[in-house]
Amino acid sequence: MTRFTGKTVLIVGGAQGMGLACAARFAAEGANLALFDIEADTVQAAAAGLQADGHRVESVTGDVSVAADVERAVNAAVSRFGGLDVLVHTAGIVELKPILQFDERSWRRIVDVNLTGVFLTTRAAGRVMAQRSGGAIVVFASTNAFFAEESNAPYSATKGGIVMFVRNAAMDLARHGIRINAVDPGIIDTRLSAALVHDPVAGPDYLKRIPAGRYGTPDDIAKVVVFLASDDASYMTGEDVIVDGGLTLGATLGIDDLGLQGASD
Amino acid sequence: MTGHPGRLSGKVAVVTGGGSGIGRAAALRFAADDADVLVADVAAESAEQVAAEIVASGGRAIAMAVDVSDPAQVDAMVARVIAEFGGVDILMTAAGVLSFGSATQTDPQAWNRVIAINLTGTFLAARAVIGPMAERGGGAIITVSSSTGAHDASPGNVAYVTSKGGVAMLTKALAVDHAAEGIRVNALAPGPTATPMLGSVMTPDEMRRFGEAMPIGRLARPEELAAAAAFLASDDASYVTGAVFPVDGGQTAKVGMTLADLGTIARQS
Repeated sequence: MTRFTGKTVLIVGGAQGMGLACAARFAAEGANLALFDIEADTVQAAAAGLQADGHRVESVTGDVSVAADVERAVNAAVSRFGGLDVLVHTAGIVELKPILQFDERSWRRIVDVNLTGVFLTTRAAGRVMAQRSGGAIVVFASTNAFFAEESNAPYSATKGGIVMFVRNAAMDLARHGIRINAVDPGIIDTRLSAALVHDPVAGPDYLKRIPAGRYGTPDDIAKVVVFLASDDASYMTGEDVIVDGGLTLGATLGIDDLGLQGASD
Repeated sequence: MTGHPGRLSGKVAVVTGGGSGIGRAAALRFAADDADVLVADVAAESAEQVAAEIVASGGRAIAMAVDVSDPAQVDAMVARVIAEFGGVDILMTAAGVLSFGSATQTDPQAWNRVIAINLTGTFLAARAVIGPMAERGGGAIITVSSSTGAHDASPGNVAYVTSKGGVAMLTKALAVDHAAEGIRVNALAPGPTATPMLGSVMTPDEMRRFGEAMPIGRLARPEELAAAAAFLASDDASYVTGAVFPVDGGQTAKVGMTLADLGTIARQS
């Protein structure tokens, strides 16, 4: 498929994990890419890798919670490729700790990066897209937007906020021909969740909660992001799409676990 | 909207309600993506027209008259697709009927008919394909819920929204039970779509105004639902299961009133 030939895609948090998987998918469908990330070495390496495969890639280093950095990233994409068609925002941070022990500065940093960052990139990209009356935005929420877990309140609060931001933004942006949607990844094998996924005890144990029987891969998510950004999703806006292998469907115990005699009759 | 040739190549799809509206668009889209298609519809002629359209453009399709509320007919449908195409990988349950009336305005017979087609019909088709899909190592089932029903009740619509709410929960239950067999089950939750079903209860002008009330400013085209169905049927959705997938132009994102509405209210008071 070549749904993005001649289109320009800005990926915020595009240096690794799910962001990099998105970059690879968009590049394979013909897109020009701008990768924006806070880690200079990582984003340059990611860009170099894609360029070596013959793709057109710009890399920008900056902080998503700083408006000037975000505008610099958008401007870099526009000046290199002549416009901006798609924004993908994956950048996010997490710190696991009960709220009674949570440090105020850490809370503010998480809100700044995860929630304010989404506002800043949506505003900057949306202003450019509105000039051409069209575009698609995909931001990363999480199953934690509606599915609570211990010691994860700040992250979950920002992800819940993103879902409601997306709904409101969809209404404001529809008149400009811009669609905005979120994905809600479940547990995906990335650096952010490595401590769980690769733990010798907790890793296999947590898997029992996932009907699909495996953790997600970054590419599982990237494929959905690319769909949402494409014309295949032309009537979808303001939604969050759950991609979790069934994790949050609600069944943590099967009939067998309950040991009911009647179950096998 | 064009398809993605090759994306479903080697796959076999069954589409109930495939003779018109969203089902017809899905059958055409699956075929455009290179699946073989059994087009089932209670109206034999419409199913045959869709199958003929697929064959005329170089695809493989057969038509069959099927009442999805009859278990024997549903089982025969699955036996037929296996006999003709060797198996089944994709099931899309688009057969459905619309109904109006509150509880006091709906007689039990009318209620039973809506539940039998929309909800039990989905159950019967899923039940019939799960075994054959599992034997092939997996498959994808796409049910059709609704933006109303999956999320919110709409007034004067009790049987329809209840059936569609049931389809959403049936979808999740099927997803949980059959994930281990490699079967993904997801529901589309369409917003108002420009289909013959909607056209049968609204004038063109009413449909236009209905569309303008959506954030995106228009009704969905059946092809837009079909594109989402083809995505859910494909390996691009490999980690998506149990999802109720809204394709509704922002209808369910929007609650209540816009600033312009509020301005009107303020001026009136």
